[in-house]
Amino acid sequence: MQRFVPLIVVAVLVMLFLGMMLSDRNPNEIDSVLIGRPAPEFSLPSLAEGAAPLTTADLKTGEPVLVNFFASWCVPCRAEHENLMILAGKYRVPVIGIAYKNEADKARGFLTELGNPFSKTGLDLDGRVGIDWGVSGVPETFLIDGEGVIRYRHWGPIVGSSLEERLLPQLEALQ
Amino acid sequence: MIGEIGQFSLIVALAFALVGATLPHVGAHRGNIRLMALADRAVLAQFLMAVTAFAALTYAFVTSDFSVVNVAANSHSLKPMLYKISGVWGNHEGSLLFWVLILTLFGALVSWRGKNLPLRFRSRVLAVQSLLVVGFLSFILFTSNPFLRLDPAPLDGSGLNPLLQDPGLAFHPPMLYLGYVGLSIAFSFAVAALLEGEVTPLWARWVRPWALLAWTFLTGGIALGSWWAYYELGWGGWWFWDPVENASFMPWLAATALLHSAIVVEKRDALKSWTILLAIVAFSFSLLGTFLVRSGVITSVHAFATDPARGIFILGFLGLVIGGSMALYAWRAPKLVPGGLFGIVSRESGLVLNNIFLSTFAAVVLVGTLYPLFVEAAGAGQITVGPPFFEFAAMILMSPLIVALGFGPLLSWKRGKLSRAAQIAFPALVVALVAATVLVWKTSGGYVMTAFGFGLALWLLASVLLEIAGRIKLWQAPARALSRLTKSSRAQWGMSLAHGGLGIMLLGITISEAFTSEQLLVMAPGDTATVAGYDFKFDGVAPVAGPNYSAVRGFFEVSENGETMTTLMPEDRVYTNPVMNTTEAAIYPLLPGDLYAVVGEAAGAGRWSVRLYFKPLISGIWLGAIMMMIGGILSLSDRRLRIGMPAGKRAVVSVKQPLQSEGAV
Repeated sequence: MQRFVPLIVVAVLVMLFLGMMLSDRNPNEIDSVLIGRPAPEFSLPSLAEGAAPLTTADLKTGEPVLVNFFASWCVPCRAEHENLMILAGKYRVPVIGIAYKNEADKARGFLTELGNPFSKTGLDLDGRVGIDWGVSGVPETFLIDGEGVIRYRHWGPIVGSSLEERLLPQLEALQ
Repeated sequence: MIGEIGQFSLIVALAFALVGATLPHVGAHRGNIRLMALADRAVLAQFLMAVTAFAALTYAFVTSDFSVVNVAANSHSLKPMLYKISGVWGNHEGSLLFWVLILTLFGALVSWRGKNLPLRFRSRVLAVQSLLVVGFLSFILFTSNPFLRLDPAPLDGSGLNPLLQDPGLAFHPPMLYLGYVGLSIAFSFAVAALLEGEVTPLWARWVRPWALLAWTFLTGGIALGSWWAYYELGWGGWWFWDPVENASFMPWLAATALLHSAIVVEKRDALKSWTILLAIVAFSFSLLGTFLVRSGVITSVHAFATDPARGIFILGFLGLVIGGSMALYAWRAPKLVPGGLFGIVSRESGLVLNNIFLSTFAAVVLVGTLYPLFVEAAGAGQITVGPPFFEFAAMILMSPLIVALGFGPLLSWKRGKLSRAAQIAFPALVVALVAATVLVWKTSGGYVMTAFGFGLALWLLASVLLEIAGRIKLWQAPARALSRLTKSSRAQWGMSLAHGGLGIMLLGITISEAFTSEQLLVMAPGDTATVAGYDFKFDGVAPVAGPNYSAVRGFFEVSENGETMTTLMPEDRVYTNPVMNTTEAAIYPLLPGDLYAVVGEAAGAGRWSVRLYFKPLISGIWLGAIMMMIGGILSLSDRRLRIGMPAGKRAVVSVKQPLQSEGAV
């Protein structure tokens, strides 16, 4: 029997790899540990001059909100911007934008150029809030329920089929 | 035009490989000499075609022909020539072509050097090698064509990943590939032996030089990679147990085990099926590494841009080659009956012990590397297996190996006496214990594990020296010791050097891990920081312009007791194509250790964040690796004399009456 052991090991490994490759997964994507937990506390200055600072309280509005980390220097953010506009316009979801490691005037310029889908904005210049939220890169989008609890984290840009197949079902489940 | 020639050569090479992979087997089956002899010509033709294709791609890179997609995506007209050339293998398609080039090179070498192999056996070996070429060539031609054209051609290329634009990294992949692919020869020999249903001591003698050659390259490739990580990544680390590092380490462990078990086959006609299995496993680990970096199954700094189609193709090929050879093994293994016997205490048993530890360690590394995948596949979430796991395993498994390694070469063949070996090794034990005790005492009771590692390293080094002393009868007949020393065979020197290299490496690892001094500071020009007794005076920074990057260069004047020793100039580079930030640590090696400085981000008001280290004895890691490589080369140069012997009577006789010099790898 011993002589069959290597063959069995190889067969098991091939099955494992095949399963891994056929499943829809991205090895760079790390599951967020924050799912099901209240969003980390924060208070950030708004991008709009004279507006009140953005705080955790803004997330507890009784209805689901999206929190999008973006930056003017991030190319994928440009790619997903159109979908954020659709979410805010067609689906009437409040989207909160947090400019991550971005200077205020550049982030403002980005929104002036492409349109502003955000109901409220915050400026996370040194990236501290991003660290608390476990952001591994921009863009990243979090779905928060009415009580301020994180329900879903969308890793990477919301482009292609990922709006309809991944984000919207999560959103509908909450509504 | 040149590109088309390259692609055409690959197609022709595939045709030759198909012929070479099939007809010689038919010939061997029917006893048709002409069909068997076809194998030699087929591998030579494959090699010539592969050279042509590789030259064509290199030409496209050197002349910056951006109408070739691969060149446009990975090169840039402003890149220095060295990196234009290294760009050829710095990408997925080109590196595969490089694989094929080396695969066919080794085939041609076996055909050329192996004239003393029986025709039937040689044609089997070359046919198996040709089958591997078929697999890789199809992979290139069907999924990863390096000569794909781009119309219209862009004005300039998008540049090579700046991390790869480094002299260390220009040669790290080719070395590693020579090692990985070199193991294909051991694989082909093993499969051919299984097909023939016979493994003889002569088989081990044929296969060992090839395994040793591959092992030497693999050692060099891994060491070069870790050296690169040490000075380029700028965190002072040199090994991270990254999945792909592990993927290069596993074939190394298997190849090391193979080198040692093949000795037992050659000397005692035993351990045959195990050695065959190791030869298959070693190359399978190489293939696994290639698969892991190209399939997108895991995440790693080494991963190529991935494409599911490629992953599926290479997995299919992997399953076919490894699964097929393992099935062949399962079928044929019962035919491999061990010949000679040896006592429980003997050099052979020492080598068996070596194999147990090395292969267990390889298995542990395999499990640790793939465990996160198993967990994820089982739906139990994501985990990572980090350095603590591997370091613990290394400590548990390598410590007894090194203790045994001190004894092994002192034991006699076939039937040894442990008491006699222990007698010879006694001074080494004393050295080890004294060294460990002194270290514990000097550090006032701390560093118990460091003392253990230190003791092990000195035990190994002392026993290597005692083995040499015993071999030349330094104590019994000192008068003639010198002449015995000069008469020692190169293989014996090879063994001593490789084992001593391991000792030096262990010393470097143990001491640098425990006693590195590190300071993370924000410094203004004129500030001085003291690290491990060395004064680092920060003289500010200056902008520097490179051919395709701009950099901030920091200046640190290092002095000891007021005497200036050197100026360290670390850089923080920003490459333009593509935009990317890299760190160039400045390193000044001294006898007691390395001075190491990294300049980081500006902290405002002319101040900079810097990291300063003193890493004692860390050069030992690479010095040890170089010693191992030299050991391998020495042993090879000796073996070549013997492998070059005419076939027939003399070769057979020398198997039965082994030369005294066969103690070494």
